[in-house]
Amino acid sequence: MHFIKCYVRIFTMKKILIYLKDYKKETILAPLFKLLEASFELIVPLVVAAMIDTGIANEDKAFIWKMGGILVALGIIGLVCSLTAQFFAAKAAVGFTAQLRNVLFERIQKFSYRQMDELGTSTLITRMTSDMNQVQTGVNMVLRLFLRSPFIVFGAMVMAFTIDVKAALIFAVAIPLLSIVVFGIMMFSIPVYRKVQANLDKLLKNTRESLTGARVIRAFRLEKEWQEDFDANNDALRQVQNFAGKVSAFMNPVTYIVINVALVILIHVGAIRVDAGIITQGAVVALVNYMSQILVELIKLANLIVTTTKAIASGNRIADVLATVPENMDDVKMGATGEASVNSNAYPVGEADTIVEFEHVHFAFHEAKEEALSDVHFSVKPGQTIGIIGGTGSGKSTIVNLLCGFYPATKGEIRVKGKKMEDYTGKELLKNISIVPQKAVLFKGTIESNLRWGNENATTEELWEALEVAQAAEFVREKSGQLQSEVAQLGKNFSGGQRQRLSIARAIIGKKDILVLDDSTSALDYATDAALRQAIKNLKHKPTVFIVSQRATSIQYADCILVLDDGEVVGMGTHDELLKNCETYQEIYHSQYQKTGGVK
Amino acid sequence: MKQVWKYLKKYRVLLLFSILLALLSVGLTLYIPILTGEALDLIIEQGKVDFAGLSGILQNMLIAIGLTAVAQWVMNVCNNYITCGVVHQMRKEAFANLNRLPLSFTDNRQYGDIVSRLTADVDQFSDGLLMGLTQFFSGIMTILMTLVFMFRLSVGITVVVIVMTPISLVVAAFIAKRSFHLFSAQTRIRGEQTGYIDEMIGNKKIVQAFSQEENVIEEFKKKNEELRAISLKAIFMSSTTNPSTRFVNGLIYAVVGLFGSFLAVNKGITVGQLSCFLSYANQYTKPFNEISGVVTEMQNALACANRVFEIIKAKPEKEDAPDAVTLEDVKGEVKLCNVSFSYVPEKPLIQNFNLTVQPGQKVAIVGPTGCGKTTLINLLMRFYEVCKGDIKVDGVSIQDMTRASLREAYGMVLQETWLRNESIMENIRMGNPFASDEEVIEAAKASYAHGFIKRLPNGYHTVINEDGGNLSQGQKQLLCIARVMLQKPDMLILDEATSSIDTRTEIKIQSAFAKLMEGRTSFIVAHRLSTIQDADIILVMRDGNIVEQGNHEELLNKGGFYHELYHSQFKH
Repeated sequence: MHFIKCYVRIFTMKKILIYLKDYKKETILAPLFKLLEASFELIVPLVVAAMIDTGIANEDKAFIWKMGGILVALGIIGLVCSLTAQFFAAKAAVGFTAQLRNVLFERIQKFSYRQMDELGTSTLITRMTSDMNQVQTGVNMVLRLFLRSPFIVFGAMVMAFTIDVKAALIFAVAIPLLSIVVFGIMMFSIPVYRKVQANLDKLLKNTRESLTGARVIRAFRLEKEWQEDFDANNDALRQVQNFAGKVSAFMNPVTYIVINVALVILIHVGAIRVDAGIITQGAVVALVNYMSQILVELIKLANLIVTTTKAIASGNRIADVLATVPENMDDVKMGATGEASVNSNAYPVGEADTIVEFEHVHFAFHEAKEEALSDVHFSVKPGQTIGIIGGTGSGKSTIVNLLCGFYPATKGEIRVKGKKMEDYTGKELLKNISIVPQKAVLFKGTIESNLRWGNENATTEELWEALEVAQAAEFVREKSGQLQSEVAQLGKNFSGGQRQRLSIARAIIGKKDILVLDDSTSALDYATDAALRQAIKNLKHKPTVFIVSQRATSIQYADCILVLDDGEVVGMGTHDELLKNCETYQEIYHSQYQKTGGVK
Repeated sequence: MKQVWKYLKKYRVLLLFSILLALLSVGLTLYIPILTGEALDLIIEQGKVDFAGLSGILQNMLIAIGLTAVAQWVMNVCNNYITCGVVHQMRKEAFANLNRLPLSFTDNRQYGDIVSRLTADVDQFSDGLLMGLTQFFSGIMTILMTLVFMFRLSVGITVVVIVMTPISLVVAAFIAKRSFHLFSAQTRIRGEQTGYIDEMIGNKKIVQAFSQEENVIEEFKKKNEELRAISLKAIFMSSTTNPSTRFVNGLIYAVVGLFGSFLAVNKGITVGQLSCFLSYANQYTKPFNEISGVVTEMQNALACANRVFEIIKAKPEKEDAPDAVTLEDVKGEVKLCNVSFSYVPEKPLIQNFNLTVQPGQKVAIVGPTGCGKTTLINLLMRFYEVCKGDIKVDGVSIQDMTRASLREAYGMVLQETWLRNESIMENIRMGNPFASDEEVIEAAKASYAHGFIKRLPNGYHTVINEDGGNLSQGQKQLLCIARVMLQKPDMLILDEATSSIDTRTEIKIQSAFAKLMEGRTSFIVAHRLSTIQDADIILVMRDGNIVEQGNHEELLNKGGFYHELYHSQFKH
């Protein structure tokens, strides 16, 4: 059962091994040179045997010198061979992993929103990093040792047969016996080690939780419970580890017994054979040497198998991701049918007077029980400002995600510039839309490099213009580096409000026809928020603007406001209309202008 | 090292036993080639085999083999037991201290770093320790005892072997130094790459929103190529160690063979002794490779151990005074007397602050983002200690009461929602471990969380993801509120507790809170001023200082910073 499982796992791994193809030469040469080295090593006992039988027996000093010279020469050739092999193995392993990393990274970048939700970020990062390292080590070791060790073991046996068939039969018995012992212990201990790893994962979780939740744990005085939980897991780990230790402690003594008992028998048989005059004393010495070479190699092989198991496990984790086919390939239309439209710029300006249309759109998240959006129906004219307001989880962001093509609608139709969503490729669609995401994240680099994400070819004036609109020019100007000011990873060296404003500037620079602000001014004070809205209104390229917000003030002056509640549009119209006829809107508005409604 | 010994001391008898066993097994292991050699000397040629002598030797060999195997096994088990015990103890102590450390310790460090100290570093240390125990001693003993055995056989050849030993060491050291530099370079570049991966995969959605996939992939390939180049060098360099030392060993072997043969020709030694010597030459050089490996491993292990000790040794929060009182029947009078506080001495924050809160009063703390509102909460809950002055609850200094009873008196909802990787039911139950399922559901209803919980795949038994990814920020806040609703605390702290909840639900929750807090003292940090207008005392903070204090009307009339804040809300 276990063997079948192992085989299946190795089989999955094959999918990633095709990336070794660029290193075919190295993959073949590395083990080959290893074999050469091993062959030379196998000659050594023969040379020593000759030294004894011919050199010492005949007291031939010249011959002994010659043999000594051969030993040194064998060493040098072996060194050259093995250095070559190590180089090829390293080159293949490192190159293979680098390529695999590229492929996986590229693949991840092409995943859709839904797929990212499903897979989860942190596991993808582990797969890109530590799993890759495991695979690299595994490939490297396999290329170096997987052929060498068995070759030496079997080579030694073959050599023994050339010396004396009957004595060599001992090898033929000892080697399978050893293999059974080594693999048996291995098979038994691998699941135990997996358990160790799982226990360690639990400890890791305990520790992480006690750090991230330090305040809550202390506030609720749960320190003791946490400690008990940790101790229980820690004890369990210790037990499993002790058990694993006891099992693997068998490895050395048992192999030792097998080899040395074989040695005793070998000497005994050898003695009989020498007595009968069939082999010489030197031949027995050679046989004894081969036996000890086998012992050394078996220990190496055992270590190798542990490394390989780990590498295979990691390789499978990588293969799993690679087996996931990206849903939104750039060159594939988003529609399932994929019917090519006649003209990719089929937006007849002046004719159709709508830029965005939602026609009875429904949407449910993967495996969700209920719809996140039901029957959303509206259309937008170019240049209009649309406000979207609603409570937590009412589906505001979902509308944005559908509009940007990040998730496909489950029912209904969305049209942008008169063209069906299904007829766009992801890239084409996003040529029309700039987004300011809810989470204001910047990337390591400079302010300028971040802004250029919005438009690579923007001039310096355009960059500053966008910063002005986003109300960010002031604090950028105060920086000594100006546009070249450094941005740390994830923009951590900027405050939340600054990050939001920079990410707004990043979107504005694109000067696209549609601008989407997804609850992206939450960290701004009311005055800045108002100034920003004014500036966006005055933008020269007159984009159609979608503003998603929880604040009534942010959307009050929109041409049309969509009011969402539990995934349904419960109101649509201008501020004044909604105040009159939409109960939900009234509630929202008054919740923010409670008792002070008069300020308006 | 001394600290490591502290943990090992407990096992010193076992340790001694293990060393004795190592001695025994090494001795026996080395005895076998001698027996082999003696046996071979009895097998001279046709008709010249001493079977009687041979069987005696072979019997001895079998006994030696059996003893060695047993000794090895017991030694391995002992070492493993010791290592597991030490590591277990270290983890336990580190974790225990982690829960006692002042929050300033963890706040200033990356969580990932601390986590890896408790997991990866301890593991690395245990590997090193185990390797040290099993290989270091037996390695050194093998070398010493081999030398003794060899000297007894032939002084000449032994001297040759000793003379050649340094070559192997020099070669290994030379390579180790080079590969160390390359490996540190590799670590650095790999770290940069991991950072990039973290950024770009972690924010993949934004990359996609800006259609930057191609550029990001290009950039990644560049970084990846850099890593590939350095990795190749590092790995190749380090992998030259084995072939090189093996070559040196081969040389030693050849020289021993050569010398031995000449000696044998001159009848200095027998052929059996020569075979014995050759196998010693092999055994003698092997530990050198191992020991050089073990030494690096041990250095690494000690470095890791030190990182763990940093946590074990870090100064924990001050213990509760032995005569500390338990806060009971809390009335809720809170008094801050001349309180001064700063996170770093160079940047004074709160200075000489005085405040008296009567039982049942509602205190609001307002101000722009990052002005230090949370600081006050940290002091009230005693997550941080005041630098000067005192805080009193019901007339008793919080220094003189147990932390547990102080914290029990408060119910707390923070902006940073934190939930366990457990079911929703268990998460809410954190507020009161003795609450029944019905009470939990009641609390969820009171906090308007019942509606969305019901719609989750498994209702109250839905398990929350490790990073809470299956819930929205607002939903998480609702659960945290339910937790406090269940707790029914004597006093309440709300730190932006409803910041991610929509205003309509917020108002409903506010009224639930109002009911809960009737007659109870509460502290509320708020972003939206509308929610705190009815507070008895409003503290206005700016740049870490409390700049104004009073109720809504007073502060508005004053026309100061509060006035400014209040009106900025309504500017269009």
